[in-house]
Amino acid sequence: MNPMMHTVAPMTMMSPGMAPVATPFFFYMLAGLAIAGGVLVIMLRNAVHSALSLIVTLLAVTGLYLMLYAPFVAAVQIFVYAGGIMLLFLFVIMLVNIDRAAKDRRFNRMWPIGLAAGCGLFALFVSAFVKGRALFPDRMMAMSESSNTQQIADLLYGNVDRMGQYRMGPYTFAFEIASLLLLVAILGAVIMTKKKI
Amino acid sequence: MVPITTLHYLVVAAALFVLGVIGVLTRRNVVIVLMSIELILNAVNLNLVAFSRMWGNLHGQVFAIFIVVDAAAEVAVGLGILIAFFRNKDTINVDEIDLLKW
Repeated sequence: MNPMMHTVAPMTMMSPGMAPVATPFFFYMLAGLAIAGGVLVIMLRNAVHSALSLIVTLLAVTGLYLMLYAPFVAAVQIFVYAGGIMLLFLFVIMLVNIDRAAKDRRFNRMWPIGLAAGCGLFALFVSAFVKGRALFPDRMMAMSESSNTQQIADLLYGNVDRMGQYRMGPYTFAFEIASLLLLVAILGAVIMTKKKI
Repeated sequence: MVPITTLHYLVVAAALFVLGVIGVLTRRNVVIVLMSIELILNAVNLNLVAFSRMWGNLHGQVFAIFIVVDAAAEVAVGLGILIAFFRNKDTINVDEIDLLKW
């Protein structure tokens, strides 16, 4: 039997009668952790505390990716985001003198307008979700019911293999452009911080 | 309990997006503004991966990987600009970055 077929079993178990109990618990825990971390990022006075709560948010989002059957994106998030980008942030926070900034006011002069704009944006999102409910199917498509060759290949090959096949197939050009973008970013960052160009 | 649908993930992503937008618009510290931009990019990634799961193919996840690559490049350059600016003006408040104001 195909060793990848065991990933079909959790999907076929999601009939309307028996809903798994662990999935909503983990979802609400991870979602609450992510949103609480996001609130702490924008509310805390100390920049190092904000960076640490952003790391908590990134780890919670990694858990949500794992719940969405995306292990490769979750691993890349840990490696690049929580391990690389947040390290860069912490280095820069410690290079830049924050003792004065910790005693200043937290929010700038325009904070009521910013808050109102954020609330208006959230109201727009909520109205989009309420009006467009029919566009998001209530049940994730069960893998065993479809005859899509891509989905069958996704089951047979595993996530990392399929991501590699996508990367070398339809997204080859974007992959090369992304490597060029990283080269330009490295050059830019080095030149930007030189004392004499 | 209600089974977890795509809409649940979209609501979480929308909440993270709005928190990032509020952080960009209201904070004075430039580093925290950059961290709020990272929140926005993570919300977009979560949206993409949720839709990729809904449709059943991996296009959303590949796009999410490219967004992570782009975020890394942008953070490197943005923090380089921040360090260069701090070296000149010795401040990290967005209120004091006003050399181009009329």
